[in-house]
Amino acid sequence: MSTDDISGSEPILRATGLVKTFGRVVGLDGVGFELYPGEVLAVIGDNGAGKSTLIKCLTGAEVPDEGEIRLEGRRVHFKRPQDARAHGIETVYQTLAVSPALDVAANLFLGRELRKPGPLGTVLRVVDRQRMRQRAKEELTKLGISTLQDVTVPVENLSGGQRQAVAVARAAAFGSKVVVLDEPTAALGVRESGQVLDMIAGLRDRGVPVILISHDMPQVFEVADRIHIQRLGKRAATITPRTHSMTDAVAIMTGAAQDGAH
Amino acid sequence: MSQQTNAPAAEHDLAEEFLDRSTPLGAIRNLLHRHPAISPAIVLIAAVAVFGGLNERFLEPSNLSLVSQQVAVVGTLALAQTLIILTAGIDLSVGAVMVLSSMVIAQTTVQNGLPAPLGIGLGLAVGLGAGAVNGFLVTRLKLPPFIVTLGSLNVFLALTLLYSGGATVRGGDMPDLLTLTGETFSVGGVNITAGVVMMLVLYVALALVLHGTAWGRHVYASGDDSEAARLAGISVQRVLASIYLAAGAILAVAAWIQIGRSNAASPNVGVDLNLDSITAVVIGGTSLFGGRGTVWGTLLGALIVGVFRNGLSLAGVDVLWQTFAVGVLVIVAVSVDQWIRKGRK
Repeated sequence: MSTDDISGSEPILRATGLVKTFGRVVGLDGVGFELYPGEVLAVIGDNGAGKSTLIKCLTGAEVPDEGEIRLEGRRVHFKRPQDARAHGIETVYQTLAVSPALDVAANLFLGRELRKPGPLGTVLRVVDRQRMRQRAKEELTKLGISTLQDVTVPVENLSGGQRQAVAVARAAAFGSKVVVLDEPTAALGVRESGQVLDMIAGLRDRGVPVILISHDMPQVFEVADRIHIQRLGKRAATITPRTHSMTDAVAIMTGAAQDGAH
Repeated sequence: MSQQTNAPAAEHDLAEEFLDRSTPLGAIRNLLHRHPAISPAIVLIAAVAVFGGLNERFLEPSNLSLVSQQVAVVGTLALAQTLIILTAGIDLSVGAVMVLSSMVIAQTTVQNGLPAPLGIGLGLAVGLGAGAVNGFLVTRLKLPPFIVTLGSLNVFLALTLLYSGGATVRGGDMPDLLTLTGETFSVGGVNITAGVVMMLVLYVALALVLHGTAWGRHVYASGDDSEAARLAGISVQRVLASIYLAAGAILAVAAWIQIGRSNAASPNVGVDLNLDSITAVVIGGTSLFGGRGTVWGTLLGALIVGVFRNGLSLAGVDVLWQTFAVGVLVIVAVSVDQWIRKGRK
């Protein structure tokens, strides 16, 4: 087992000895995990290898039985997704978790609307539509989504790729520390997937570390800096696209090869 | 920066995939989709024109006063119903809650001699209590709203009859405050009741709250896609519970308006208005699937039902055919809603 400590810095998110069991089923069997600042880390693995359980533990959707999670060196205990979110870890879900009838700006700020200044906002809780639209435009521009400038369009009028762009933009706007993308292209066509990959690269360029869970090997090798491979509830290896081929990764994933190169 | 170089290509792709507005029918559908109040507005204008042409008495101020008063109670019930339907629920108990509340207001002031404001306060408490019960069953026990309110409809109905002994309280015996909602004032020859004004104030208030506050957005989001709302950090159950409470409060106001309108509190009048309230909401363009609709659409829907019933009866059409026509309207309205939603994912 090896950790490709390419950056030489401290991990922004580190997990050690994570154990999670569901009855008799062992989901995670002492998993270690590191995410470094400014990198795209892909997490791959066969079905049942524990990659989604790992991500759920890191984002507060599940509470691990054992082990510890540290964010920027400090121990954190996430009981709910809101806890992780409050710490600056944002997750984009596979299911395109946007509200179709609301417009783009409303979706970006859903659940944490900006309020008007003064008693209008604090007492009457009136939302500041103008400011949210302004901020929404800025976020989309930062991500290079130039065609989504009309933030007053209901999300249901958008294509799958554009909806995912809204979800990614929401994560990027609030994910001050880490953005987690769970199979972000699973529901998308080839062209739309490309757009999402561009957004991931854009996030990295802005210095936001990204965790990408994906089944799509070419995609993973295209965009990831490092690849965390889960197998049978454990971390089988962490490799880089430079030192390993896709065939190597599949071999490690399926157990046909140990992580020979390290 | 990679996004700079990618932007032009992305622009082309996204523009291509943007919703097809090329056909005229598609453009109409799109327009109706963004502004769901347009179709009921057109229906209302057409109905007023047709009925006005059929019988000149229809547009006389005295008749318009009558229509407005007929709409006041159903319109207020429909406002509460709109809140529930926006969250993809349905409330069959609105009429029963209103009647129970009106009996409590009337009995506590007339029989028990409580001051009128206190009686109205107790009526409000009944409305809130009923909303809390419905909300609890929907959010905590996770029962479907249809079943919950079908049950509570009967429970509230039985409570009303047990409490009132089946007796009607006459308006003449009540303090003036209770029948205040039936008092009229004249605007250009049209007699408007205080109850109609109250209803309109509630509409304006709720429109502002739904449109302008975070809570309003959460109501729409919860009805639209509750899972997406939950993942966005909204406490959907809390939103639902607050919706039923708000509806209960509105129903208590409806009870007050009803007392003024009929100048009495009767345990047998108004229970069946639950279906009329749903009719008004649906005709007003609010989707039964939740997350889509406006209170103004509901007001138009309530007016359409009122205008249809009144206009058909002025035209000498049998009351059964009026009911028939309203039924057809509902089915057409839901079909239009389905058509508008078609082709969207």
